[in-house]
Amino acid sequence: MYVYDTLDKEFLADRASEFREQVGRRLSGEITEDQFKAIRLMNGLYLQLHAYMLRVAIPYGALDARQMRKLAEIARTYDKGYGHFTTRTNLQFHWIKLADAPDILDELASVDMHAIQTSGNCIRNVTADPFAGATAEEVDDPRVWAEAMRQWSSLHPEFSFLPRKFKIAVTASPKDRTAAKVHDIGLVMKRARDGTLGFEVIVGGGMGRTPYVGSTIREFLPAARLVSYLEAVLRVYNRHGRRDNIYKARIKILVAALGAEEFGRQVEAEWAQIGPESDLPDTELARIRSAFAPTAFETLPARSEAFEAAKAADKALARFARNNVKPHKKPGYAIVEVSLKAIGETPGDASADQMDVIADLAERYGQNDIRVTHEQNLVLPHVKLDDVPAVHAALAAAGIASANINLITDIIACPGLDYCALANARAIPIAQDIAEHFRDQDRAEDVGELKIKISGCINACGHHHVGHIGILGVDKKGEEFYQLSLGGSGAEDAAVGQILGPALPAHRVAEAVDTLVEVYLRERSAGERFLDTFRRTGAAPFKEAVYAGAH
Amino acid sequence: MPALIRFEGGRMTAVDDPFTEIADDEGMAPGDVIISLTRFQAEGERLLAEGRSVGVRLEPAEEVEALAYDLPRIALVALAFPKYRDGRAYTSARLLRERCGYKGEVRAVGEVLREQAQFMVRCGVDAFAPADGSSAEEWEQASRRFRHVYQRASDGRAPAFAERGE
Repeated sequence: MYVYDTLDKEFLADRASEFREQVGRRLSGEITEDQFKAIRLMNGLYLQLHAYMLRVAIPYGALDARQMRKLAEIARTYDKGYGHFTTRTNLQFHWIKLADAPDILDELASVDMHAIQTSGNCIRNVTADPFAGATAEEVDDPRVWAEAMRQWSSLHPEFSFLPRKFKIAVTASPKDRTAAKVHDIGLVMKRARDGTLGFEVIVGGGMGRTPYVGSTIREFLPAARLVSYLEAVLRVYNRHGRRDNIYKARIKILVAALGAEEFGRQVEAEWAQIGPESDLPDTELARIRSAFAPTAFETLPARSEAFEAAKAADKALARFARNNVKPHKKPGYAIVEVSLKAIGETPGDASADQMDVIADLAERYGQNDIRVTHEQNLVLPHVKLDDVPAVHAALAAAGIASANINLITDIIACPGLDYCALANARAIPIAQDIAEHFRDQDRAEDVGELKIKISGCINACGHHHVGHIGILGVDKKGEEFYQLSLGGSGAEDAAVGQILGPALPAHRVAEAVDTLVEVYLRERSAGERFLDTFRRTGAAPFKEAVYAGAH
Repeated sequence: MPALIRFEGGRMTAVDDPFTEIADDEGMAPGDVIISLTRFQAEGERLLAEGRSVGVRLEPAEEVEALAYDLPRIALVALAFPKYRDGRAYTSARLLRERCGYKGEVRAVGEVLREQAQFMVRCGVDAFAPADGSSAEEWEQASRRFRHVYQRASDGRAPAFAERGE
């Protein structure tokens, strides 16, 4: 964890006091709801179907135990006892009273948290690889750069009123767990042949109504030049991005209109004029790096006899180990993924009690480090293999030991019509239906990696475009229908899925997914994931099977 | 006369505005005027020759570069914020200050709200025509709300990384 210094803390305190005053002006009637809207949206406060929703920023998805406990406390005190982790690795409280919001921000500030820029047309929470600092794959720790960007983007004077919201992801691994290619800017860290560190800069990816996989405008940006280059990209976008139509205002539309090459040329020209003056000095980058609390790893054997014995004795643990436990860079350690996708539950929801359990486990077994993934799960990045059985047992007792990471029941879903004023259809019950359908864990494991992503409307908060199976809720004359698309991916092999055929009524969705899976099992060659088979065979066999009875 | 707040010597002060804003379809008024870029290009020479002070109003889509060579003889640049959400003028302000080296008044006009005060000051705006009835005192308070900032901008404020290095 990056440890906040006095400056960082005072910044958050100032923000909280500003917001308290603004809410006071609203509650006293000095400003109207319409005028207040602009202000509350700068602070992550939305008015939803039933209540206010507060979106708390979790910068690059990193939390410590103290922060997780505070979120649990807020959930208990001001909400209905739970929170919802989002695809932006933030946490939403859906049942907030406006009058409580200033107190909540104070509570958050007391543990170095806030809701700055979790809404509005500004640079949103920067996301990073949830395995940062733990995976052997990475060339550097992307959190250092994510933190530098958090600071740089906080109340940026020039870029707080962009044409539209702006999302940046950074990863330093070839295996992309951040969906970098479908971000406004995706940064992939690399080392040049001479060993210097830099970023591949990918711009103009996105979802929503017009999904795009981003284009690389710079193969290698020297790492120390990151901030000035971002300023150049943002400046070209701020000046030239469309503002006449909110559905055409994201940077992807500008990049597509100009062509990536021309957009890149304009960025380079602007960057040349900006020069290195806005870049962070090396001393500050070094300070940020050293402000991350050190992780102290013991020297351990690569194999844990205790863990092996426990797995042999406990099938559930063995299954958990197969699906949720990932290799760590240090021998004897593991990355443990905690699924928030228990069958029948709302994807991404965690109760206050579950948050406390995670906090305890992080403190006791996990070097006080917790991550949130964009797939709405949690990660304990540094657990000793010896301790995995104890962690698993504690998770199981709390109902969060589902051994389904990356499996068909590990579904991303937006809040949908159950909460959101924009939605056309429900997303959560569809996710629950499908999960229920694939309750048999042997079958789910046999099917293997299969990413289902569900959005309740075209805004695509559930990332349906990049689901191996994407499901989009649409409204047909007042009835909820669901359009399936196949072959999408948000990972390093990013692609936008293809629509399979006419939308289906809600009760047919789980059955259709089942049919798709059957086709895959029939068609697959050894070692192929669902996505690989689909890419090889094309849509025909899948389409035929799903719509066979429809003629 | 509409309220104008000017940022001078580190303070926000309410001042009388000697300038008259002239729309494109209005007849010219006597005295110091603010006119559109189009009108400046057509009538600027003549107005300046009359010894008046002339300010130019730039709409968000108009690029400051179009004005670069005229800046030394322009008394003020009024940057239009037709909606508070339209953030193009922040870039215009920074470019005027940092790239064109403009030292004259940069004024924010249009939907100019207290919540934008700090952003505007940081981008080099030094005169404000608030649309929300803010007093100079409220404006000053809003512009100084944050003890620390994280970026270099036009105001010369030391960003957090420089403060830390001290």
